[in-house]
Amino acid sequence: MATNLKRFKEFGSIFINHTNLLRRFSSSSAVLSSVDAQLQPPTTGTGKSINLYTAINQALQIALDSDPRSYIFGEDVGFGGVFRCTTGLAEQFGKHRVFNTPLCEQGIVGFGIGLAAMGNRAIAEIQFADYIFPAFDQIVNEAAKFRYRSGNEFNCGGLTIRAPYGAVGHGGHYHSQSPEAFFCHVPGIKVVIPRSPKQAKGLLLSSIREPNPVVFFEPKWLYRLAVEEVPEGDYTLPLSEAEVIREGSDITLVGWGAQLSIMEQACIDAEKDGISCELIDLKTLIPWDKETVEASVRKTGRLLISHEAPVTGGFGAEISASIVERCFLRLEAPVARVCGLDTPFPLVFEPFYMPTKNKILDAIKDTVNY
Amino acid sequence: MNISIWLTRTRRDGGNFVKKIICNNPTFCSYYQSPNSSTSLVHSHLSSSIMRSKDCGFVGKGNFRFLYSSSSFNSSYVVSVGGRRYKATKAGEQLLFEDDNGNNTFEESKGEEFPGGKIFFTSEMNFLPGSSEKRVQCYRVLDENGYHVSSTTMEHVSKEVGLKVYSGMVSLQTMDKYFYEAQRQGRLSFYLTSFGEEAVSLASAAALTSHDLILSQYREPGILLWRGFTVQEFADQCFGNNAGHGKGRQMPVHYGSKNLNFMTISSPLATQLPQAVGVAYSLKMEKKDACVVAYFGDGTTSEGDFHAAMNFAAVMDAPVVFICRNNGWAISTPVTDQFRSDGIVVKGPAYGIQSIRVDGNDALAIYSAVRKARKMAIDEQRPILIEAMTYRVGHHSTSDDSTKYRSIDEIEYWKTMHSPITRLRKWIERKGWWGEKDESELHSDLNNQVKTAIEKAEKALKPQLKYLFRDVYEDLPTNLIEQEKLLRETVERHPQDFPIDVPL
Ligand SMILES: Cc1ncc(C[n+]2csc(CCOP(=O)(O)OP(=O)(O)O)c2C)c(N)n1
Ligand SMILES: [Mg+2]
Repeated sequence: MATNLKRFKEFGSIFINHTNLLRRFSSSSAVLSSVDAQLQPPTTGTGKSINLYTAINQALQIALDSDPRSYIFGEDVGFGGVFRCTTGLAEQFGKHRVFNTPLCEQGIVGFGIGLAAMGNRAIAEIQFADYIFPAFDQIVNEAAKFRYRSGNEFNCGGLTIRAPYGAVGHGGHYHSQSPEAFFCHVPGIKVVIPRSPKQAKGLLLSSIREPNPVVFFEPKWLYRLAVEEVPEGDYTLPLSEAEVIREGSDITLVGWGAQLSIMEQACIDAEKDGISCELIDLKTLIPWDKETVEASVRKTGRLLISHEAPVTGGFGAEISASIVERCFLRLEAPVARVCGLDTPFPLVFEPFYMPTKNKILDAIKDTVNY
Repeated sequence: MNISIWLTRTRRDGGNFVKKIICNNPTFCSYYQSPNSSTSLVHSHLSSSIMRSKDCGFVGKGNFRFLYSSSSFNSSYVVSVGGRRYKATKAGEQLLFEDDNGNNTFEESKGEEFPGGKIFFTSEMNFLPGSSEKRVQCYRVLDENGYHVSSTTMEHVSKEVGLKVYSGMVSLQTMDKYFYEAQRQGRLSFYLTSFGEEAVSLASAAALTSHDLILSQYREPGILLWRGFTVQEFADQCFGNNAGHGKGRQMPVHYGSKNLNFMTISSPLATQLPQAVGVAYSLKMEKKDACVVAYFGDGTTSEGDFHAAMNFAAVMDAPVVFICRNNGWAISTPVTDQFRSDGIVVKGPAYGIQSIRVDGNDALAIYSAVRKARKMAIDEQRPILIEAMTYRVGHHSTSDDSTKYRSIDEIEYWKTMHSPITRLRKWIERKGWWGEKDESELHSDLNNQVKTAIEKAEKALKPQLKYLFRDVYEDLPTNLIEQEKLLRETVERHPQDFPIDVPL
């Protein structure tokens, strides 16, 4: 049967409710649970196994509940959103706090900036990261510079922009993109991407409460597929702190979001060949935790970065340049980047476009045997 | 054509009173479309604004009448209000006013030549109403039972066109039924139907020529059907196979055809609208006997690009017809959450664009209005806005379950009471052009055609791997040459990772 069917069966779909196989994501994986016990979120209440969109929903529920001046809005948010992340919130908190906006991304973000400038927590949803571009001006020229240009008389730190990003197996050009690098070129905003349900909940609550505007990209492929135990209560995870989610000694791998589960599978396979990989989840892309990555590369002497976005001008380039600056003499091989191709996101060619496990594995071997 | 009617009178206490009544769209203004020289005023805008100015004595509807002085648009109109006679002129012309004695008592010095044209002053603090009390009416030709509504104005529809529109609508419906089913069975990655809105795309396409360029959203494949895009071509695009126009790169339903003057559909909403104005400007400069027709949904009019397009079109005098399918919903968002205006039609006049609201489930009304709009757009080199009132009977797409946010009763009501297909069928049957036998032949023919097309499209190979890299630019840049080489090495090393139906 055609490529498409095979992929749907395997990955499930955000559009149709297949939620089976987890080739992309293994729930037993270390990607889900931190190896560093200190980075474990405090457990408040019993943690239930939930998927990523439910974890987002919980975080939003807590945000609304813990601050009466918080608002959630965006296209189709009222009935629960096309990915169900806002399910039940309008019923619980009322239509004045959780509401549909007109279909206009620049309006959504501009409105959010104004709301935030008045001291509210504005949680804006952009339906797909692919549709964030009409709001680019509001984000880049307005949200990011609101504090700086006013000499800190005004700020819109209460603004959080959530947007589902990344591949889903059948999204084609406009339901698949990973536009994070555009936003990493903008001083004044933070860019955060969680890898799992527990991370998503804690990082989203941090982003909402963070006194700076945050663009929060959610890996939509994992909305249903990623399931893990998540503490039921209120907790936050620190921004701008990377996390070593797998320890190793031969090579450092850096990634974020959905790509981490692919990278982890490559680490597991590499181990069978006697290569010990250290895997780091960057979590916050700007301002990013160089120290954790640097310390790891000082240990391993090798670095590989992987992301779904096209390789040219991707955030991997920034990490590579910074680490070369800091660890030039320690590096034993060129920094490797296994990323998306320099093409628009292609529908039937998606498996070729993607930075697959074996592409990563090959690059790990090439780097170690350099 | 914008017509402003100025009413002025001298108050009994001596003060001047000026009342401005703007009538931006001749189609709203039934009074001058009537050949009768003493038609009573029925226009709602006019009557309500006069009625509201109680302070100057215009209290009852019976008090005023419109009188014709000529049937030409350019002549002045005489308004009779409460026994006094007033003369109205076109916008921008000098104000004319006559009181009982024929004296012009309002001096020109009471106005000012602001940049952009003369504006007169008033002592009245009048806020324009946000919306009129009565909603703009909807032009229709056929009622639900396929009967002509009395004294309707319509374009002649030949038997050939009538039957082709009808069978096109049925083809679209049949195609939608099978493709939707194929998606449910997991054979197609995505699909989106036009159920309930078939008349808008088919009947508007019928009113155009093949030289008119189309920039559409995603719920107007009827245009392509009309122009000869085959069911096989639709299927090939949806299955992303090597015969499809888009080389398998875009999601299903993102059709396009250079031959058929139909620019390829893009998912980001409203982006096609300012582009349509650019296309229209080119036609204008080349003095082509053609226009551009741009389609979009009600939700899409909230995007900035829609407003940019309207303003550009008006300012550039671009021959473009904007057709909005107001189907009541943008995914789960009802029009009541989308705008507070009386729909889309009233936005046209704000940009200086003549606009009309049409019954979108009445194929003959769509046909007539689009034909007229096309002629005006080309002859007068100006944009036109058409709002087609319809209803999205299907779910938004295969990703959506619309019963989560609207009642099944509502869907059923529109499906059964307002089917554009049933309505046209009644009309062609009454004409004696169509019967039971034709109907069953058409259906069995279409069923076979669509099933065969799906099977064939499904079996076909995907486009060759090289097409992943082609068309990013006109030529292959070196980074892509290198990436293609590396990818082919990867595929050789790990063939199991890649779909076998993509030829290398
Ligand atoms: C810029 C942009 N934002 C959001 C979307 C997601 N989206 C796809 S269709 C749709 C609703 C469009 O509604 P409408 O214009 O009324 O067209 P209809 O589906 O009713 O035909 C939305 C929000 C998009 N495609 N593009
Ligand atoms: Mg709509």
